[in-house]
Amino acid sequence: MIDHNTNLGESARITDDAARLVPSLDISAVLSDKREETENLRECFTVEGLNLFYNPNIHALKNIDLTIPDKCVTAFIGPSGCGKSSLLRCFNRMNDMVDGCRMEGKISLKGQDINASTMDAIALRTAVGMVFQKPNPFPKSIYENVAFGLRLHGMKKKRQLDEVVENALISAGLWEETKDRLSDNALKLSGGQQQRLVIARSIALQPEVLLLDEPASVLDPISTLRIESLIHELKRDYCIVIVTHNMQQAARVSDFTAFMNMGELIEFDSTDIIFTKPSLRETEDYITGRYG
Amino acid sequence: MDSQGEHISNQFDLELDNLKTLLLEAGGLVERQLAKASYSLLEYDTSVAQKVVDCDDEIDSLECKIDESAHLIIAKRQPTAKDLRLVLTIIKTIRDLERMGDESSKIAKMAIRLSEETESRIGFAEFRRISERVQSMVKSCLDAFARSDVAAAVEVAKEDSTVDMEYASAMRALITYMIEDQRSITRVLNLLWALRALERIGDHARNIAEQVIYLVNGTDVRHSNIEDFVVSVNKTD
Repeated sequence: MIDHNTNLGESARITDDAARLVPSLDISAVLSDKREETENLRECFTVEGLNLFYNPNIHALKNIDLTIPDKCVTAFIGPSGCGKSSLLRCFNRMNDMVDGCRMEGKISLKGQDINASTMDAIALRTAVGMVFQKPNPFPKSIYENVAFGLRLHGMKKKRQLDEVVENALISAGLWEETKDRLSDNALKLSGGQQQRLVIARSIALQPEVLLLDEPASVLDPISTLRIESLIHELKRDYCIVIVTHNMQQAARVSDFTAFMNMGELIEFDSTDIIFTKPSLRETEDYITGRYG
Repeated sequence: MDSQGEHISNQFDLELDNLKTLLLEAGGLVERQLAKASYSLLEYDTSVAQKVVDCDDEIDSLECKIDESAHLIIAKRQPTAKDLRLVLTIIKTIRDLERMGDESSKIAKMAIRLSEETESRIGFAEFRRISERVQSMVKSCLDAFARSDVAAAVEVAKEDSTVDMEYASAMRALITYMIEDQRSITRVLNLLWALRALERIGDHARNIAEQVIYLVNGTDVRHSNIEDFVVSVNKTD
């Protein structure tokens, strides 16, 4: 059960540095170097005063304030256990599935509170697709993997299904490799191909957001680069949030980077700034490998 | 340009291409500045000289742009092998180009000073000869970079020795002239500064050529004899 207690006063204890860096909800203030690019950026997710608890004792996320821009790639980086996957799972309410998990604060998707009682969690998870670390295609054919969700949403006509499946596989960069074997079992595909199939499965449902939780960490370097190249294409149409323990991947693939540590958001800025002149010593220590 | 395969990430290719394009843009600008500065001196054209001086800022701002882009590529792409040598080469080459721009600006300033004195063509033959040689070196070193052409780069490096010798010879002749006619000292000194600037530009062109050899072969030929390098390359053929 989720407790939607939004009383922030008890949990707010912000240091001077964090106060200086708690990102304002105005993204353009953060991106003074890229004036012409920021003018057109819209907000996708807005996080206000987020605290997350596993059981009463584990305070997994502490007072997170964050704005994720639309049609961009935002990366969460930080050491193991810093809360980046926990934060990611808040965006599609996957934490609802975790016994004893309690959330305070507010998360809005394009202005709508995703935890409001009027919000349909299933619809939310269609709009906010998720790709996990280990590729998890259904044990069905390649075609059925993509068509399954479409059928659940009421699409019945074969021609329409064919078209949507094809477009999704094209967008995921998998069409050429699979068009002649759509009835093959998806589990026969390589890891990189399976991951692209999972992405196709999400895209077919026309989401607004793609959440990627370490999508390439079990893949070989070439497959990883292909996935990163795909992410670059996809951001034209979707808001993409990626959790990665590979800093270099965050540097290559993202437009914005959030550095987290011990449940707190330490610094959020454009990737160019984070990796060339971060504001905080703590961030710089992490990205230069001086951490710990 | 160099025909290596494309990266899996098109973005990376784009970023490297943009960097190369910026560098060649700076190179083109420097070529034009040098040509105009030399012309303005030989033809006593102070308006062209002034334009050269005013235009130097453009090269400076390209240097900043290139350094920033290269900085971002290193931070975000972690280039290795030839990609890394390319980025490092570009960082060093733009520095040489920026200095060439400054030296061209000095030539233009000397042109303005010379025009304030009584007209004379003392030293002009030497200046014209060295200027033509140096302009050709600048063009060749930039072509060598664009085509990753080691042979062309080696020729530029060798040519610098000829420029140095001609400069030394011109200096001797002009010093003799100053001793014989002391009224000419101010004028001849201004011309010597202009010749010195040309000789410096030649040195920078040589630096760029050495960078091209490093880029293509991974061999650092700075501070060593270019003939030794040629011999070592021929041995491996």
